[in-house]
Amino acid sequence: MHEMSLAESVLQLVEETAVREKAQRVKLVVLEIGRLSSVEPEAMRFCFEAVTRDSIAQGARLEIIVTPGLGWCAPCGAAVEMAESYDACPRCGSYQVQPTGGMEMRVREIEIE
Amino acid sequence: MCTVCGCGEGEVRLEDGVDAGAHEHEHTHTDGTVHRHSHSPAPSNTYKQGVHTHTHRHADGSTHSHGHEHNGEQAHGHEHPHEHPIGGDLDYGTGPAGAHVPGMSQSRMVQIEQDILSKNDSFATANRHHFDEHGIFALNLVSSPGSGKTTLLVKTIERLKGRLAISVVEGDQQTSNDAERIRATGVAALQINTGKGCHLDGHMVGQAVARLQPAEDSLFLIENVGNLVCPAAFDLGEHHKVVILSVTEGEDKPLKYPDMFRAADVMLLNKCDLLPYLEFDADLAEANARRVNPKLTFFRVSATSGEGLPAWLAWIENGLTAQRSKRAETVEALKRRVQELERQLERQLAGP
Repeated sequence: MHEMSLAESVLQLVEETAVREKAQRVKLVVLEIGRLSSVEPEAMRFCFEAVTRDSIAQGARLEIIVTPGLGWCAPCGAAVEMAESYDACPRCGSYQVQPTGGMEMRVREIEIE
Repeated sequence: MCTVCGCGEGEVRLEDGVDAGAHEHEHTHTDGTVHRHSHSPAPSNTYKQGVHTHTHRHADGSTHSHGHEHNGEQAHGHEHPHEHPIGGDLDYGTGPAGAHVPGMSQSRMVQIEQDILSKNDSFATANRHHFDEHGIFALNLVSSPGSGKTTLLVKTIERLKGRLAISVVEGDQQTSNDAERIRATGVAALQINTGKGCHLDGHMVGQAVARLQPAEDSLFLIENVGNLVCPAAFDLGEHHKVVILSVTEGEDKPLKYPDMFRAADVMLLNKCDLLPYLEFDADLAEANARRVNPKLTFFRVSATSGEGLPAWLAWIENGLTAQRSKRAETVEALKRRVQELERQLERQLAGP
């Protein structure tokens, strides 16, 4: 449950950008959260609302783009889709799957006025 | 010209009227709104083009529908008189931004494209740089509360303090109990109380480094907040995360909290003196940990009895030695570089 500090980091990036762009208000924040990033989108929403209160982003809509989890299975020698970190390979059942995508936690863009 | 399909300038090919049939395309208007509409087919061999109706959405969110006729050219304007509704809500969510197209209204999209943890990571990188420059070997000790981290630290310090300089950062939500326990061993310790926070971050550790001023070629130990979840995500600038699991916990903890066991590169199994009295399967615990992280190095120890500690202490000393020699190499390389630059400068000054 470190979504609270992640939400604070999001707000920090948003505030810096908003100040630089001389914005009056932030209306929308778009995040990119990978399925394997161990961030719960629902918890993030809750925390985002809490931390943005009384900030330039108060009331801003939060859009979360969830990117798919990908891994490289060593025994199969193939890229496989992963629903969860540390899942077994959906093809061969091995646990030697190295996550290769879907770990991102990024602020993609914001809408300001 | 339509900026989405470009149909105004030949991208939609009309080969002698053959392809001048019905087609559908999308427009982006200068205010950023997008709409799709279809054309009815043009009568062959004439340039009299079809009539079509479509709906506009204005920047204020209101919509209206109107029809118009084309004159054969694909580019066409949309000038037409209409009245805006007065009153009503100003809903910018349905405006250009809702469609993610930066338009001419007062709101606009700004790309950030930054990692959420980028701030923390930059503090962590600065810390690591500082450690490397000064030959300091930094470890971040993580575990659930009650795994015996502080006792293990105290025993580690007692056995090493005669041979090397040590400083310690203690992270807890409240109290300075742990720092006091460490200070009782005679080494410098700083308590960080995170308050509501569930982990230490790179910034906190940077401040602690500034306060503690760890000696050159020393060991820097960070005891993170007792929590097997959050500290996994936060780099502090350490060289290794060391996860401590005690035999009074479950063997499946590595499977339940895989992020932490994956983030660590060393696992200490603590309280091993209690194994005869418990049903804990140490091999199974290690196998579970290896499943989430095949690269883990294991040590079985008991801070209380001292069993297994020599191997752990040797690992620390080797790490510190490596860190020192890395720094020495850097210093040597820098010295060689300075000499080379001085020679170059002399040649320049001596030149014509």
